[in-house]
Amino acid sequence: MSTPVPEAGPCAEWEALLNGSLDGELDAAHAMDVERHLAVCPACAGALERMTLVRRVMSQDDVRWRAPATLRAGVIAALVRERRAAPARPSGMAGLAGRLRAMLPSLRRWSFIPSLAVLAAALLLVVLPPKGGSPLEGELVAGHVRSLLAEHLTDVASSNQHTVKPWFGGKIDFSPPVVDLAARGFPLAGGRLDYIGGRVVAALVYRRNGHVINVFVWPAGSDARVASAYKARAHEGYTLLNWSEAGLTYWAISDLNTVELKEFQEDFLEALPK
Amino acid sequence: MAELSARHGHAAPVADRGLDAAGAARFDALILPHLDAAYNLARYLSRDPDAAQDIVQEAFLRAYRSFADFRGLSPRAWLLAIVRNCHATWRLQLRRAPQSAPLPHAEEEAPDDAASLLVDGDTPETLLLRRTEAEAVRALLEHLPEPLREVLVLRELDELSYREIAEVAAVPVGTVMSRLSRARRLFADLWSRATPDGEATP
Repeated sequence: MSTPVPEAGPCAEWEALLNGSLDGELDAAHAMDVERHLAVCPACAGALERMTLVRRVMSQDDVRWRAPATLRAGVIAALVRERRAAPARPSGMAGLAGRLRAMLPSLRRWSFIPSLAVLAAALLLVVLPPKGGSPLEGELVAGHVRSLLAEHLTDVASSNQHTVKPWFGGKIDFSPPVVDLAARGFPLAGGRLDYIGGRVVAALVYRRNGHVINVFVWPAGSDARVASAYKARAHEGYTLLNWSEAGLTYWAISDLNTVELKEFQEDFLEALPK
Repeated sequence: MAELSARHGHAAPVADRGLDAAGAARFDALILPHLDAAYNLARYLSRDPDAAQDIVQEAFLRAYRSFADFRGLSPRAWLLAIVRNCHATWRLQLRRAPQSAPLPHAEEEAPDDAASLLVDGDTPETLLLRRTEAEAVRALLEHLPEPLREVLVLRELDELSYREIAEVAAVPVGTVMSRLSRARRLFADLWSRATPDGEATP
């Protein structure tokens, strides 16, 4: 009787290593072993190709389920209820809870779905920026999270740089460069306006598999603290990269790891019109 | 389920601090953005859109109430571990329900061959004919045995590391690796049958 899963083939002992190699889980020594073995073993090269195919077909956008709007609203409503109940506990909730409670009667009058964006934004505006990092970083994180939560990722949704760039024209007093990085695995999702540090800024939105990268752009003025050198930092679980180029300040923020966000930044810089 | 989570929340040693403003802010910034990932996992585990919503709703309440205990894991992995537990609770309740049919592909079941995993009259060949490619991938994933489906979803869709998957699925890393190997082998086998040319066109 055969097993439900097809046999691993003659190189069964290599299978775990091949998987580990695909997943970036091997140390340098094992990674080199795998490279050497792949060079001489067509069967394993084929196996690795099949694993890569699985990754490719699964990485299509519509394979991942996205939370329906009703669920999003339900979760936020439950959290609001939870916070309303919380002040009964002996804790230092005074400021926030008071403000939150003051908001609640008006929140309750609305049906949840239309008010979702407001609610989500309100929750975040009340509570952010969190401790640690500069206030600017807190604002950037808030802007990023807001774009994900309130389903306001883009004002202009397009993967075409020639659609996104002109859209900014007339809306802001500078022209952010919009580059297409689909070939590098960072497809453009669109752009929108956001409000950071007391000014309207451009936000470019890229995707990486299921992750979203927001790139906030504004003219480098007095706040161009980081000229040409970039810095990576983590803030509340997000990775931020900051750099300046041709008179503009850029902040890229995502829940991607630093390595991948760095890769994005390098691709972005490389693709800029010289 | 609610009872369980309430206990869980109150068991937190730091519950007297509650979630203060900074804690709530951290929750909003760290945990809320993973709502889609939570739903994705719940949906693939339960294969039931309504149950998936209930599971996620419950998971967020549990997560909020025990957020003071959050440490170590990445926020995404921590939330997904809670989603997985909520799914297990839902599954248990379903089993206890008198008229519930036995669930297919429990861990102990061993179908005779890969094609028998495809139920509802699906064959690998028809899988693609009546669906878009992404829908075919979803259908195929849903037909994988749960332990394999779970690791594959956590790795390919949630991009967790082996160590994080091990934490979420509550198994050793070695088990994660062997399940992932089998899951990819099985998926590739079914996929190649569904797309005889090897490469599917949407």
